[in-house]
Amino acid sequence: MPESTTEPTTPKIVFEDVRKDFTVKDRTRARRATRFTALDGIDLEIAAGEFIVLVGPSGCGKSTLLDLLGGLNQPTGGRILLDGTPVTGPGLDRGIVFQQYALLPWRTAQGNVEFGLEATGVPRRQRAARAREFLDLVGLTGFEDRHPHELSGGMRQRVALARSLAYDPDVLLMDEPFAALDAQTRESLQDELLRIWQRTGKTVVFITHGIDEAVYLGQRVAVMTSRPGRIKQIVPVAFDSRTATDDLRSSPEFARHRHEIWSLLHDEVARAQQLEKEEASV
Amino acid sequence: MSPTTGTATEKTRAPGVVSAAEPVPAVSPATSTVSAVPAPHDASPAGVHQARSTAARLRHAVRRLPYLLVRGATKSVAIVALLLLWETAPRLGLVDRTFLPPFSEVADAWWGLAADGQLADNARASLTRSFSGFGLAVAVAVPLGLLIGWYRPVADLLGPLLEVFRNTAALALLPVFVLLLGIGETSKISIVVYACTWPILLNTISAVRNVDPTLLKLAKSMNLSAPRLFQKVILPASVPVMFTGIRLAGAVSILVLVAAEMIGAKAGLGYLINASQYNFAIPQMYAGIITISAIGVAFNQLLVTVERRLSSWRVPADG
Repeated sequence: MPESTTEPTTPKIVFEDVRKDFTVKDRTRARRATRFTALDGIDLEIAAGEFIVLVGPSGCGKSTLLDLLGGLNQPTGGRILLDGTPVTGPGLDRGIVFQQYALLPWRTAQGNVEFGLEATGVPRRQRAARAREFLDLVGLTGFEDRHPHELSGGMRQRVALARSLAYDPDVLLMDEPFAALDAQTRESLQDELLRIWQRTGKTVVFITHGIDEAVYLGQRVAVMTSRPGRIKQIVPVAFDSRTATDDLRSSPEFARHRHEIWSLLHDEVARAQQLEKEEASV
Repeated sequence: MSPTTGTATEKTRAPGVVSAAEPVPAVSPATSTVSAVPAPHDASPAGVHQARSTAARLRHAVRRLPYLLVRGATKSVAIVALLLLWETAPRLGLVDRTFLPPFSEVADAWWGLAADGQLADNARASLTRSFSGFGLAVAVAVPLGLLIGWYRPVADLLGPLLEVFRNTAALALLPVFVLLLGIGETSKISIVVYACTWPILLNTISAVRNVDPTLLKLAKSMNLSAPRLFQKVILPASVPVMFTGIRLAGAVSILVLVAAEMIGAKAGLGYLINASQYNFAIPQMYAGIITISAIGVAFNQLLVTVERRLSSWRVPADG
């Protein structure tokens, strides 16, 4: 994959000085509402077809950033451009994959994938075939008729991924999608995701708090500060030999990237914990 | 691996529903870690297993027979004991048999009532009232509950009022209904509607308010229109809790109606019981009571079956 930071083409997604404030009720004095800033001065450009990962300490506004991009929430300041036009609301050009899968428990795997297609107005007859095709893409052939409670966590997330891919959005927004899975399942899903990304050429914005996951998946890793969330630094991650080594995670390159991001995050995590303590003691 | 899990380890589970779903939890963690090729693992059993399964199921059923008998006995033993006590206590003089005749006499009286058509007439009168009241309540309360539950300000506004109505015993309002609507069918059906409305309404409201927020977020992210959102997400997600209310209402509909019929009616099971008591036809009175409880149990069972059908996805197979 080429390093896309300096390409002349217009970026797919642009964050321009994005800021997001929230109003919260004061716990001690019920009358007074306080405002706090979740995100401040976010500037970020994401190229088409890029796989970018956002890492940051908990509560740094990663998910808020994704909600803004998904159109579920409006920024307080600045703007977000998608293909040059500002994001004003949700749309099917962006598909969100949630940490908690968000599968409809009364529908089968097939039905859940079709749910995404119903929203886009794909004719009824094509839906079933298309759903099967995407379940196949995520490796779930033979599980079409299972309900979510009959599937393991990893399989549920595969269904959710298939659902988002089926209606063919340009951008995949993934909010800590593998955080609730066990380590082995997570690794296999990471590989699967990379494979699908290479095959479909989607732009992926992936949120995680796992450094290994960030290094393994991302072409670039954006490290965020603790509250208010800003982009602290963007680390390009490139491996010459992604396919050559079996165990990329134990290669020296991987360790170097990992350490770099770890150092960037370390202070922020400490600061975030300090913030949390202060808040709890108020 | 499926044949062994299918027959040997399943003894303690319920039949039917489970057997199809059973092998999955065992298979899935393994396949998802091997990940890239789960298909061959699963695809081959699907075809072959089908042919084998009829014979296997039959063998399975035979093996389960003693277990089913034991379970049936466990379920009926308490009722049989009650009937035995009912039969023997009056005969042994433990209770006054004028006021509590032995069960066999009651059964006899029941047979008499059934034979001369009285029972059928009165039961029909009661069921007509109670079903039309129940049906009206469902038709009104479900849509209303969906709307109130969805528009949070409306729910906050009406909440206290609904609590007041819910906690006012319907029968306490019976005189009001009689005053306003007379003692005919209208007042009886109305009171059933009234009493059935609250459990359905309140459960529907809470069902809608408790729909999994991630599902709502998903729907929002997909830009689903409001009618679609209701049809595809909120309504199906609310069914289980809604049905708890509907089942409560089913019990209430019979309860309230019988009480109403005791106060002023010319037909119905409540009337039959009351009239029998006035005429000192005690076995007939008990026959009426038994009929009512049988109808109540049957109606509840029917609703439970419908509920299972509609919300089978919710319970991960424990029958």
